[in-house]
Amino acid sequence: MKIAKWLTVSLTLAIAGLSGSMAFAATEIQFWHSMTGPLSEKLTEITEEFNAKQHDYKIILVNKGNYAEAMTAAIAAFRAKGQPDILQVHEVGTGTFMAAGQAIYPVDKLMKDEGKAFNASDFLPAVTGYYSSTDGKMLAFPFNSSTLDTFYNLDAFKKAGLSTENLPKTWDEVADAARKIVQTGAAKCGLTTTWPSWVHVENFSAWHNIPISTKENGFGGLDAVFEIDNPLVKRHWSNLVKWQKEGIFTYGGRASTAMNSFLSGQCAIMVSSSSSIADIKSSGHFSLGVGMMPYYADVKGAPQNSIIGGAALWVLSGKPKVHYKGIAEYFEFLSSPKIQAEWSEATGYLPITTAAYELSKSEGFFTKNPGSEIAIQSVNLHTPTVNSKGLRFGNFSQIRTMFEEELEYALNGTKTVDQALSDAQRRGNTELRKFEAQQSK
Amino acid sequence: MKRSIFRGWLFPLAFLAPQLLISLAFFFWPAGHAIQESFFQSDVWGGGRIFVGLANFTTLFHDPLYLKSFVTTWIFSFATAFISLFFGFFLATAVDRVHRGQATYTTLLLWPYAIAPAVAGVLWMFLFNPSIGIVSGWLHFFGIDWNPLLHASDALVLTVIAASWKQIAYNFIFFLAGLQSIPKSIIEAASIDGASPFRRLYTIILPLLSPTLFFLMVMNVVYAFFDTFGVIDAATQGGPGQATMTLVYKSYADGILHNDFNSSAAQSVILTVMVIILTVIQFRFIERRVHY
Repeated sequence: MKIAKWLTVSLTLAIAGLSGSMAFAATEIQFWHSMTGPLSEKLTEITEEFNAKQHDYKIILVNKGNYAEAMTAAIAAFRAKGQPDILQVHEVGTGTFMAAGQAIYPVDKLMKDEGKAFNASDFLPAVTGYYSSTDGKMLAFPFNSSTLDTFYNLDAFKKAGLSTENLPKTWDEVADAARKIVQTGAAKCGLTTTWPSWVHVENFSAWHNIPISTKENGFGGLDAVFEIDNPLVKRHWSNLVKWQKEGIFTYGGRASTAMNSFLSGQCAIMVSSSSSIADIKSSGHFSLGVGMMPYYADVKGAPQNSIIGGAALWVLSGKPKVHYKGIAEYFEFLSSPKIQAEWSEATGYLPITTAAYELSKSEGFFTKNPGSEIAIQSVNLHTPTVNSKGLRFGNFSQIRTMFEEELEYALNGTKTVDQALSDAQRRGNTELRKFEAQQSK
Repeated sequence: MKRSIFRGWLFPLAFLAPQLLISLAFFFWPAGHAIQESFFQSDVWGGGRIFVGLANFTTLFHDPLYLKSFVTTWIFSFATAFISLFFGFFLATAVDRVHRGQATYTTLLLWPYAIAPAVAGVLWMFLFNPSIGIVSGWLHFFGIDWNPLLHASDALVLTVIAASWKQIAYNFIFFLAGLQSIPKSIIEAASIDGASPFRRLYTIILPLLSPTLFFLMVMNVVYAFFDTFGVIDAATQGGPGQATMTLVYKSYADGILHNDFNSSAAQSVILTVMVIILTVIQFRFIERRVHY
């Protein structure tokens, strides 16, 4: 009798335990990303909020290294049938992913198939244009789009006797300020920059309304030809070389390596991604000023509008159907005004939807945080022209590295600016032709 | 030398199997795949591939930047190998002469070898970082315009130092063992006969050390050509321009960062063949002078 009682009790408990765990077996959705530091913390916070408020789906965040590494890992995983559901792909990977064909599940189609509202018009025009196919369908979910800001160490400005109210607007004014700062010893270095190609080739061209290539910067076809070897870019690169020699501009490396010298107070002015604001707020111990990207005042049409950087979320095909419902719900959550506003306020990325922007404005975020509205203002400055709505090139990750290598050759005197720019254009075009040939097979 | 006799062949096979399996899985299989891939042009997403014969190889040899990376690699590798061997030997002779605390010195000098190459790269990158590095601070104080992110020579110096540092420890321990196995009586006899320290080094120590030296030369060259990838990735990523773009790093950058798997495979094949040839040359010509 005792044994039977024992058996019944343990069996009941086992069944209860099993069914309990079955009730909690949420569908796991793999999200591979490249966020680090405060950006990663915020993403984790938002995702945990989504995971907590429903029990059908669980988004698993995995940091797969930087954007290039994550992209390669996902492609390799796809070949081995172990791909993630969602991948965060940087804007330079857009060309490659748009050509991925069957491997991706266009977000527009996904949301429609799952019955979720998804209107391109809800999003910022700068963003929709970038991630839409030629027939106007959004292929990726814009999530963390940044743009350029110029950051100023106002303590150094004060020390150099420069106005902290009237921040420099043109490149010449920036150079003068940098010169004064170095001469008075207010800081060791005047100007530095992160993301050399994104700032000094891509955004530089858009900001001055000149084309980067033919065929609408690549939107019009795979047979685009680079036109960066032009007088204005040449003038700007020559200025950078001159300022480097003068000691007022210090080259700080590729990606965001140069941010260290701004955070440490060594350099007083930095042109960088708007998302740097998160790091500056947590690690910078000085008073911060923010402005738009500098421009050359004598160029007609400048400043036009800046183009976006950052990344978007792409959905890969080949996963079980039930996953896609979860992905659609997650995207709906991410694009809700409250979450978007919260995300952009914490990170410095642009509020992707107009609703989110309005929400932040109405909550007084921009008045309480002067400088945080600069990013969206510079991307919305004017209606994008064919030169400033973005760019779309295959193999662009490689091409960007090539542009940066050539700029480095010019800066350290190995090549003249003429030679470097001409080589950059030539090398970039070789890559474009390679990509074009691969797609036609 | 005693020869161990095993009964049957199953027993020894069982002992060898784990290592053979590892070699198969982590060397032969990927190497075979790489050789295969180098003759094709594959779709990035695994959609299919086309046989292109030697096209990947010819494209590489027509690329002036690829040819330049040969030069960069040779300069980098031989500088690294020479510095590692020289300082390893120097430290070994120094420690060999010490009576008290030899164990302490040996332990301390051996530690860098335990550090992963990527960690060594990061370490040195921090020390020499133009904005926040301590050593950079000292160099700037003395008026030296140190910037490995901008000046090609600075970048090469940084990567060579970071890569050599680890290997010095490795060479040191082998040299020390080699030196300590030289009978003291021979050296004493030589010095009684009036041989100067340099004469003793040249006539007695180096010849008796030559097996060790030869072994280390081969190991150092292989290390410099292949295992320095981590150091370069952590410190300079092949820049500025392509000043520190060695063959092994270029293979990584083209394959993993830029998804051109076929070119990367072709580059790996070329690099492997080159190092094989180099090793064969070392065995054929230099081993003759080794005094066993």
